[in-house]
Amino acid sequence: MGMIFTLLWIAVALTVAMALALGFRKLATAATRGETSRALRDAPLTAAFGMMVIVIYLIVAILAPLIAPFPEREIVGTQFQPWTAEHWLGTDALGRDLFSRMVYGTRNTVGIAFATTALAFLIGSVLGLLAATVGGWLDQGMSRLVDVLMAIPSLIFALLLLTIFGTSIMTLILVIAVIDSTRVFRLARAVSEGVVVMDYIEAARLRGERLPYLITREILPNVTAPLVAEFGLRFCFVFLSISALSFLGLGIQPPTADWGSMVRENATLITFGDITPLLPAGAIALLTVAVNFVVDWQLYRASGLKE
Amino acid sequence: MADSDLLLDIRDLRIDGKAGDDWLPIVKGVNLTLKKGEVLGLIGESGAGKSTIGLAAMGFARDGCRISGGTIDFDGVDLRKSSQDNLRRLRGKRIAYVAQSAAASFNPAHKLMEQYVEAPVRHGVMGRSEAERDAVELYRKMQLPNPEEIGFRFPHQVSGGQLQRAMTAMAMSCRPDLIIFDEPTTALDVTTQIEVLAAIRDIVEQFGTSAIYITHDLAVVAQMADRIKILLRGEEVEEADTRTMLADPQEDYTKSLWAVRSFKRSAQDAPKSEPVVSVRNVSASYGPVQVLDDVSFDIHARRTVAVVGESGSGKSTAARVITGLLPPTHGEVLFDGTPLPADYRKRTRDQLRHAQMIYQMADTALNPKLTIRKLIGRPAQMYLGLRGRKLNERIRELLHLIEMEPDEFIDRLPSELSGGQKQRIGIARALAAEPRFIICDEVTSALDQIVAEGILKLLDRLQGELNLAYMFITHDLATVKAIADDVVVMQKGRVVEQGPKEEMFRPPHHPYTDLLLSSVPEMDPDWLTNLLEERKSKDHPTSADA
Repeated sequence: MGMIFTLLWIAVALTVAMALALGFRKLATAATRGETSRALRDAPLTAAFGMMVIVIYLIVAILAPLIAPFPEREIVGTQFQPWTAEHWLGTDALGRDLFSRMVYGTRNTVGIAFATTALAFLIGSVLGLLAATVGGWLDQGMSRLVDVLMAIPSLIFALLLLTIFGTSIMTLILVIAVIDSTRVFRLARAVSEGVVVMDYIEAARLRGERLPYLITREILPNVTAPLVAEFGLRFCFVFLSISALSFLGLGIQPPTADWGSMVRENATLITFGDITPLLPAGAIALLTVAVNFVVDWQLYRASGLKE
Repeated sequence: MADSDLLLDIRDLRIDGKAGDDWLPIVKGVNLTLKKGEVLGLIGESGAGKSTIGLAAMGFARDGCRISGGTIDFDGVDLRKSSQDNLRRLRGKRIAYVAQSAAASFNPAHKLMEQYVEAPVRHGVMGRSEAERDAVELYRKMQLPNPEEIGFRFPHQVSGGQLQRAMTAMAMSCRPDLIIFDEPTTALDVTTQIEVLAAIRDIVEQFGTSAIYITHDLAVVAQMADRIKILLRGEEVEEADTRTMLADPQEDYTKSLWAVRSFKRSAQDAPKSEPVVSVRNVSASYGPVQVLDDVSFDIHARRTVAVVGESGSGKSTAARVITGLLPPTHGEVLFDGTPLPADYRKRTRDQLRHAQMIYQMADTALNPKLTIRKLIGRPAQMYLGLRGRKLNERIRELLHLIEMEPDEFIDRLPSELSGGQKQRIGIARALAAEPRFIICDEVTSALDQIVAEGILKLLDRLQGELNLAYMFITHDLATVKAIADDVVVMQKGRVVEQGPKEEMFRPPHHPYTDLLLSSVPEMDPDWLTNLLEERKSKDHPTSADA
């Protein structure tokens, strides 16, 4: 009987997700115009679902103070309260409202992970493209430096750097971004090298084009597809890195609400059959799946795999 | 098998190709018969469906294609109704296939012999050691150098012409009844082509094999085939005996094919002015390997200099020196009498503007992510400072110049164009800079003849209108005859002969020029036989490849 009910719930959840995605696609198509609208109309349901989830996360992150019924760090009740009308998801070990902390956690965790990934991509792809285009000593120098950085296990390296520079959010972002940018550099350089040898790049060079034009207009459009795919993957890895560092006490520091540390702080509740601690973990899972749905769709479009 | 003489009997063959969600017909009801020991030539431009029919003769359709109708009867077996197992038993054993690019078709990770013995051993025709002995025998018959030893080389250690012959030997390994040759010599230069053609013809005759010979080169097919079938957009135009077909084509389309090689531009006046570009005693090398040795030639306005030679002769390197991609070790390049800096990075924008280049492969020469508007617009914007409406006007003007309708093409991507159209865009991009000198690097060699002729006519017209000087790099002497004023013959990095075209095509020649000239296939079916006899009697040195 239990088995059948579980299956039923899964079916209901899938149907609801599909219906929501359909509705979201309709809405998005109506709200946009021209090329974007056409692209959205042809988007698969998974991509529409992913975009919907991302939009919801964004709204929650931006409007956190308006949505959360209680402040992020204030003790508003007794410890470990169950779900009530006042505290929707109960309270934690210190008596803070868990729902409010979930909402603020969106801002912190997603914001930091996104900023880190974006920074890693900015550094990695710019340098990677530069190395491939200019070549010679610059390429050799940068590539060997990256080799050295990649030779050190990333978690240990991050721990080392965070111990040296201290654990503020800014250093956290910078450290993880630099470490992850080495991977992006590798990919960007490898993909660009395949493009740099093409005749059209030679033609552009002979035309007297300068480096910025060469990189942004001639090479970049031909390497975006693999870079976009890498972005989705890298975003999830960054999420994991931050969670791992938080778990070790070097990541996002209390009392800042963060999904990774929320799981750890309230883990004991699971033994009592309470699923509340799993909700932040679920939020992470949902976002990574959503991001990858959208990335897959973009990749499909960019790679010209239209048939 | 009522008619025991008949090997292959294809009736009303229909093949569809997938375009988006629809199936469009590629081959629209073609009949084809082949007797034992007969060679049939299939001719048509690209997109005529000739390769598709060739593959269908093996009961095979490429990905995205399906055989939708008709019967393919091979020696009494209907290949369309045969199981995959049965087909697998036939392929390689009784029907073999020789692809256009042997270099791309051999597995680079295995030695030639490994790949040779696979089919006979797998099909149980002979044991491994027997197959190896047989390979050496066939390599010898194909006149490959060192037949005992060549099988133990990797594909990249063997030249293109040798590889193509090794592949033909491989196709022969099970002594098949039918071989399908899909443009086996298109990627080779003329001097190598002859050897491959002669070898293929010999071996097909010796074993009495039937063959389907697919090509777009009429002169080649005239040497090889007993009968010729002409295709156009998936339909048969006409079919006849080779001699009848050459002497007396019936259909207009066939006549137009026959006429392609007749294009010849009007003679130009002798140069009066100073040369636009002159190459002075240039030597260049890639690392320790010298590729150019004391090369000098001039190019005048309104004139075309054709630089000819087989691959590796240094003709493309000469272009790289002129454009500044490869600084020479000695000598210099003058433009309007003033020396150009050796490195393109040190040249002024104007110097770069006046020397433009059109590439062999339009596919790799046009950025696939940019629209035609941007591709052509960029040089005009950069060199001439055109913006907004003026730029738009100029792009449209350029498209008119290359005979393409602006409204239809301006916002397309290169992938949405045909090969000939892409090459036209390449030309427009060069013209957009308003140059005085254009290097054309094998611009027609990737195109079939009718399209190539259109490009040559266009280039000729533009030269007259815009006062251009051309340097035409090519290995195709038919192109030289059609468009050149002066000819520079190169071999192993040296200029062996140069002068006006009329003189070059009149004997006496330098022996190498003679070899090149005599290697160009002619439309006479006896040409290859006569040539080979003539060379044998004179004991003429064949190319370094043999």
